[in-house]
This record gives sequence, structure tokens and C-alpha cells, in this order.
Amino acid sequence: MDNLELKITANEVRKGIVTAVHSAKAGHPGGSLSAADIFTYLYFEEMNVNPEDPKNPDRDRFVLSKGHTAPGLYATLAHRGYFPVEDLTTLRKLGSYLQGHPCMQHVPGVDMSSGSLGQGISAAVGMALSAKISGKDYRTYTLLGDGEIQEGQVWEASMFAGFHKLDNLVVIVDNNGLQIDGKIDEVCSPYPIDKKFEAFNFHVINVDAHDFDALRAAFAEARQTKGMPVAIIAHSVKGKGVSFMENNAGWHGKAPNDEEYAVAMADLERIGEQLCQK
Amino acid sequence: MSEVKKIATREGYGDGLAELGAVNPNVVVLDADLAAATKTGVFKKAFPERFFDCGIAEGNMMGIAAGLATTGKIPFASTFAMFAAGRAFEQVRNSIGYPHLNVKIGATHAGITVGEDGASHQCNEDIALMRTIPGMVVLSPADYVEAKAAVKAAAEYEGPVYLRFGRAAVPVINDEASYQFEIGKGLVLREGSDVTIVATGIMVSASLEVAEKLAAEGISAEVINIHTIKPLDKDTILASAKKTGKVVTAEEHSVIGGLGSAVCDVLCENNPVPVCKIGMNDVFGESGSAAALVAKYGLDADGVYRKVKEFLNK
Repeated sequence: MDNLELKITANEVRKGIVTAVHSAKAGHPGGSLSAADIFTYLYFEEMNVNPEDPKNPDRDRFVLSKGHTAPGLYATLAHRGYFPVEDLTTLRKLGSYLQGHPCMQHVPGVDMSSGSLGQGISAAVGMALSAKISGKDYRTYTLLGDGEIQEGQVWEASMFAGFHKLDNLVVIVDNNGLQIDGKIDEVCSPYPIDKKFEAFNFHVINVDAHDFDALRAAFAEARQTKGMPVAIIAHSVKGKGVSFMENNAGWHGKAPNDEEYAVAMADLERIGEQLCQK
Repeated sequence: MSEVKKIATREGYGDGLAELGAVNPNVVVLDADLAAATKTGVFKKAFPERFFDCGIAEGNMMGIAAGLATTGKIPFASTFAMFAAGRAFEQVRNSIGYPHLNVKIGATHAGITVGEDGASHQCNEDIALMRTIPGMVVLSPADYVEAKAAVKAAAEYEGPVYLRFGRAAVPVINDEASYQFEIGKGLVLREGSDVTIVATGIMVSASLEVAEKLAAEGISAEVINIHTIKPLDKDTILASAKKTGKVVTAEEHSVIGGLGSAVCDVLCENNPVPVCKIGMNDVFGESGSAAALVAKYGLDADGVYRKVKEFLNK
């Protein structure tokens, strides 16, 4: 996909996020929106995956370690063809396979159940390790929140990945700067994030999370990196694309009401129209 | 009792893994800096390319095991019971139990027979913790032979399994050549009509000793070895309770939430009979030799004998 197609797709993913969370009357729009471009790039450009064959043993893997942003993953998977886009409105409802946090047993395309922060990265390390043991060349990607890296398990996993030189592993940190209680550097600062991963023997790339040229270059650099795992620190805007949600910690885990939903969708429609005129 | 061979069940874990590794290339063993103690070192020596030391990071080890399992490996994640079931409880629950992944958790040094290390390392809560996780199989073998067989049965079973092993040498009561392990099947080791002793782990051999002593006094005790705490063999327990009308449970674990509680659940719902639960009575252990500790806390044959007699004389 070229950048324009990626932007249009990411905008559709954002509409899916807002629609799903509005329908559920609960969920996490802020961190889903900040990661929408990353989700889109991974599933539409970077990863070797096939929605027709979601369990293919040689596919690339993705673990959403920041599992609360399931709406972002679900909207991406739906638009990629894993399941109907209309199902997004069943998010978090009784009987839906779209659980509040990803459940690998029920959602096509979800490679690992996650949601309890700090745990997904360990599973991703296990997947990458398995490829090394078996001589397979699939790659493993995992997306973490910048608040999530306050969990000690993230660094246990990073120590193991760096020590075992898992160059088939890409850890992406969605650095939107906000967590539930406020700014990450005011709650309990994890900065400098890049220096921490470097200290655990990662090759670190800083990138603008909303610039597809930059994302393309970063993931290409990750592929070329040998002998060490890669950490991509993706500098993002929480709530990206929805005017009143941008850079507002209050939209971490809150659903828009009907009026807010209308404003949000109008914002995204406008962005979509501007893209189509290009 | 006559001279019997004594071997720790953790030795059965290590030897079982090594035998399994030779026939199943998918078996991968993880440890958290305790390979010498958990006996996974035996596997490491034979299959170094399938052994990974995660360092002292048990939560991460459980997550790595989960990730390996999603790709078709059969990981055995090994550490002391305290850290497997205790420290890593939430990782086991959310990364292994919830997605029902094919991870085996090899937990050694369970119970107070850890000995000199003291209460911080004596896990008397692991059965309770693990059996509350939906879909988790909980195995607690009684001797070296059963431990080895349990490892192989766990590998053949598809889904998460918690295996509980001890540090101290215990009598070998099963014959390796003829022994067959079936997950979920209680074993009536001695038939009796006056009282049922339902035991697990190292309490099985002690209970057999007690039954022998009671027999000399004309008391007929039935001894059931419950090597699978979950799923529990309800039929065998209920049939025995119906026959004897009195049930004693014996475990090297807290009386809260363990075998005793599981047996009481079954009896209360189906056929309430008087029960005497033998185990750690809501207390922490302490430093001492394994022999001194089981004597102090009433978990040796003498202690079980006294409790059974009190119970029968009530």
C-alpha cells in the first residue's frame, strides 16, 4: 500500500474504534487511536499474514501487550478481512467474541490473549524464541503502552530477548505520554525509554507514530537489524484524529456519548474527505 | 516398615523430562535459576538446545512458556512451588489458564519438607491457588515412580497442567514396570471398611503406614491415593465414603483450599459424612529438618495416626 492508501485505511480503522467503543458504552479509545497508524502499517504492509489462513504456522505473529486497546486491533483485523466490520458494534457485549480484552480462542487473527499489562511481551518473546529453536523465519511483533513499561515484567522479558539476541522480535512502544492517572512523567516516569531498551541490548529506533514514511523506514531498519531485538519507540498523540480526545488522559478508558460520537465521526469524515481529495 | 528405597519426587520430574525429551522433540524446558534443585538440569544435560534458563524472573518465564505453547511447543516451566503458584499466579492465570495453553508447570519444593529454608520457601498454598484456575489440571504424585509417570501423562494431555513435587526423599511405593498413570483416576491402595484416608503427595506413604498400624488394632482403613487433585475422582471418593462413613484427608498443604477442601466439596454436595482434614492448620512453617517439621506439624505417620484415632474416638 502507498502512504495515501495507508492513511485512508487508518482513518477507517479509527472510525471502527470510535464506533465500537461508542456501541459498547465502554472501552479504551485514546490508546487505540494513538496506535491506529501502527496497527494499520503492521497488518496492511509489514506483516506476513493471511486472513484466509489465520493459524498458518509460518505467519508473522502479533501480540497486543497493551490489551486494553483491543478496539484498535479489532478494527484493524476487521478491515483486513478477518471478520465482518459490522461485528465491531458487538464489542464488550454479552455473547460477543469481541471481548473487552483480546481472547485468542475466539477472535480470528488474535495470536495471544492479553490485557493484564506487562504479560504480552513475554509471550511474544516465547514466540520469537520458538522460531529460533525451530529455524523458522517468521517474525514477532508486540505493541506496548508507555505506561505499561512501568511493569517490571517488561524488563524481565527485555533482558531475556536481548541476552538471546532475538533479532526476529520487534517491540513497539506507543509513546503517547498519558496513562490513566495523567502524564506518564508525572505519575512515575519511565523516561528515558530508548536508553532503557538500549541498556537491555536492543537496537532502538525513535519514530513519529503518525508518519507512514517514518514507520516504513523504521520497520525496514528493524528487518535489517541482526543479532539483537529491536525496540521502536513510536511517538504518538493519544486520541489521534478525534479533536476532543487528542492529548486528553480522560479519554483513556471512556466511551463517547451520542453527541460526542457524532462530533468524533464528523472529525474523521472530514479527515477522510481531505485524504480522498489528494 | 521394612527397608524401602527413598527418592524425592523432584528426581522423578528431572528423569521423566529427560526420558520425554528423547521421544518428543517438542518438549522445551524452562527454569528460573534453580535447575540443580528442580532437577531440570538432567534435561539440560541431555538436550541443551531445548533448555532455557530464564534467570530469576518467574513471571516472565510463564509468559515465555505461553508464547512457546502457541507455536506448538510443549514447555515445562520449572521453579519452586512458592514462585510458580505464588509469585507467578497471575501470569499463570492470565497468560496460560485463560487461553488454555498447553503449558506444564513443574513446581518442586512444595510443602514444609523444603525444610531448613523456612516459611518463606515452604509453599502450603499452591494446590488451593492452582485449582481455582478454570481448566487447570493439578497433579500431586506420591513417589518417584508416580512423578515420572505424571510428567509423561502431562505431556500427552493437551492443556495446562500444574505438577507438584517435593524436595525430600520419600518411600517408593509403586513398581515402575507395572505402574500406569491416568489423569483424574484415584487409586485405592488398600481396601478397608472403618475409615477412608484420602491422601496426596508425600502423605500417601505415611497413610499406608498408618493403615498398617490401625490394622494391628483391628481398625480397617481404606487408603486412596489422589494424585490428581483436579479433576478430582469423585466416584472413587464417594464410593469409599459410602462404605466407611468416615473420611480423613491428608496433605502437605494448608487445610484451607487444598485436597481436604476439594474432598469436602464433593462429600457435602453428594453424601455428607464426618471429615477430619490433616494438613497445615492455617499457619506458616519454620526452619528445621524435613523430618523434624513433619513431626512437629503432625504430618508424619505418627501424627496422622494420632489424628485418625482422635477422629474415630469422637
